[in-house]
Amino acid sequence: MEQLAKQKIIQDLLPQKFGKQGKIWVAGLIVLCIIGVVAYIRQLSKGLVVTGMRDYVSWGIYISNFVFFVAISLVGSLITAVLRLTNVHWSTPLTRIAEIIAVSAITFASLIIIVDMGRPERFYNLFLHGRLQSPIIWDVIVITTYFFISILLLYFPLLPDLKIMLEVKKGFSKGMLKFYSYLGSFWKHTPGQIKLSEKAIGILAVTIIPVAFSIHTVTSWLFATTYRPGWDSTNFGAYFISGAFLVGAGGVVVAMYVFRSHYNLKEYITYDHFDKMGKVLVMLALLYLYFNVNEFLVPAFKMKKPEEEHLRGLFTGEFAPIFWFAITTSMLVPILILITKKGRRPFPAFIAGVLVVIGSWFKRYIIVTPTLLHPFLPMQDVPANYKHYFPTWEEWAIAIGSLAGALLVITIFARIFPIIPIQETITEKEEHEKALS
Amino acid sequence: MNTNDNSRREFLATGLLAGLALAGCSTKKNPFDELANDVKPSGEMVKLLSVDGEVIEIDKAFLKPVPDLPQVSNEAARMGIAGKKFVMVIDLARCKSLKKCQSACNHMHHIHPGQNWIKVYPMQDAEHTAPYWQPTTCMHCDEPPCVKVCPVDATFKRQDGIVLIDSDRCIGCRFCMAACPYSTRVFNWEEPSLEKEIADKPYSCETSVPQKMGTVGKCDFCPDMARKGELPHCVSACPNGVFLFGDMLEDTVTNGAETFRFSDLIKDKAGYRLMEDLGTKPSFYYLPPVGRNFPFENNEKKEATK
Repeated sequence: MEQLAKQKIIQDLLPQKFGKQGKIWVAGLIVLCIIGVVAYIRQLSKGLVVTGMRDYVSWGIYISNFVFFVAISLVGSLITAVLRLTNVHWSTPLTRIAEIIAVSAITFASLIIIVDMGRPERFYNLFLHGRLQSPIIWDVIVITTYFFISILLLYFPLLPDLKIMLEVKKGFSKGMLKFYSYLGSFWKHTPGQIKLSEKAIGILAVTIIPVAFSIHTVTSWLFATTYRPGWDSTNFGAYFISGAFLVGAGGVVVAMYVFRSHYNLKEYITYDHFDKMGKVLVMLALLYLYFNVNEFLVPAFKMKKPEEEHLRGLFTGEFAPIFWFAITTSMLVPILILITKKGRRPFPAFIAGVLVVIGSWFKRYIIVTPTLLHPFLPMQDVPANYKHYFPTWEEWAIAIGSLAGALLVITIFARIFPIIPIQETITEKEEHEKALS
Repeated sequence: MNTNDNSRREFLATGLLAGLALAGCSTKKNPFDELANDVKPSGEMVKLLSVDGEVIEIDKAFLKPVPDLPQVSNEAARMGIAGKKFVMVIDLARCKSLKKCQSACNHMHHIHPGQNWIKVYPMQDAEHTAPYWQPTTCMHCDEPPCVKVCPVDATFKRQDGIVLIDSDRCIGCRFCMAACPYSTRVFNWEEPSLEKEIADKPYSCETSVPQKMGTVGKCDFCPDMARKGELPHCVSACPNGVFLFGDMLEDTVTNGAETFRFSDLIKDKAGYRLMEDLGTKPSFYYLPPVGRNFPFENNEKKEATK
């Protein structure tokens, strides 16, 4: 009986071939990536002049996209580390989803920051002439560390599953089996190995929390270490981290829904998961809302002269539509949807997740660009187009291409590896049954 | 600037004499001066002033242009000039926004059309106060926010107080532009349109020429001119003597025509610096627009409203 259940779990969770929809999805993503690459080649040959950025708005959607990627990658630490260390077991099926989102997002964060550089071919100068007092160097250090810890947190729990797939064999091409045995043939699932792996994962889960806090705090310091109104804030680290957990959790809910319906995982990603993740999202949205209140209402109460222009631009001026759109879609509406029991069913939760992710992308834009259009000294002695910013098609193509690339990495990962940890699901079930009897 | 003029003349004459001496004494081909060997007198004579103040006459064919001072090495450019602390004082009472400073600076540094390292702002501090023109450029801060954030030491602070950019090292991250509260930095968004002769020069931090695509540029206080004992281009281009440049350790600033004791000038005229509260400690002082030479006329605004 037990053996049968185990076989069923393995069969259900093995990676599946792309269906028709899957193929269209992958093809679409590849096309978007190619358009992005074409736009980047244009930028490389002509310079950053192909973007809408100029001397005042010297950081545009590349940087807000970078912040978005770093933010969404934080969810890896939330689900795999924070929930694991607090002994929460319901999140087990979601760990791999969260971790691959983290790895893919942090990879594209690094790529998009290179895209933003005026001289990408001099990237090595960061290592040759790096100066430790620059927040950019801190970012390079912590992002690299986070990347490697996330890779390991993805890899170690994958080892038992690799063994399972190598044993099943059926349905896998020779190349894939070779790849699996290259990655994990040394794993024999002995008690010693299991103990070692669990210990390693435990250590990584503890380490990744400060590193995750660091990556987003340092990213917020890229702004907060300057004098500019809108960035010059002691609230920025906490504000960024709470926002990051929100968008990451939103991303996980979206991914849960998509994998659940396309891979037929209804028994593994249940209503209960959506219910719990929905509650987590409400809590995170309220937390982020709290930091937003601090970030905007306190300076708005004082209306210091340099802040005034910036805040008026956000509340009622040029940026008001995007500002209120971002606040509403990333926080208010998702809270209203998810606060009810009905709203935490898979489909409405999925919609709320999508809103969170879209709203959060525009929220990052609102954090980066409006500040740059409100310098201390008036904008003067520059061509008229320097006083506004609207991204060009090249910028859109590259930004969208990078988002498509991140989704492509996640999709391909789910094609090659089980997106829900097989071994962990079996172990949990066994332990659950043991506890019952 | 009498002393400077003398030193330049001296320099020219010594160079010339050295050339003549080499040409006169060598029978073999001189590896240092190939030109002098092949010169045939043209018969046309020119008068020159020697180091001792004598008027001398030599054949025109022996005249040869003295090359500019050789570029200093990157290490020397990063060190700066020892025993100096450069400072600029702007007398706001004298400015009528002729922008000669701007055009001279743009011309000498081959700045991309449309961009400016010097900007002349029409300023009005409060609703009922009088407007005035405020020329602004890099403040060469003693606590430069741009240098703090540069990840690769491409922008740096020298011992003589000048903040420069090494365009051969800059990675174009533009963090310095975000960090600068004075919005003084510009970026080379495209390949600068330079004459081949300029574009082929090796980059020098001290001349900031040639500007390079994908890197940041800004006012450099013309340290190449300082090495020659001359004033920055903006200072000498201003017909109204708005810009006063000098050395804080010598306690003098000059616009070429008038020289002042820096400390007295700042004390007597109540000099101030921009955004003192930020703690950036600029090397750039302003004298308030008191007792003005010109009325404030904003023609740009009039033209814009037309």
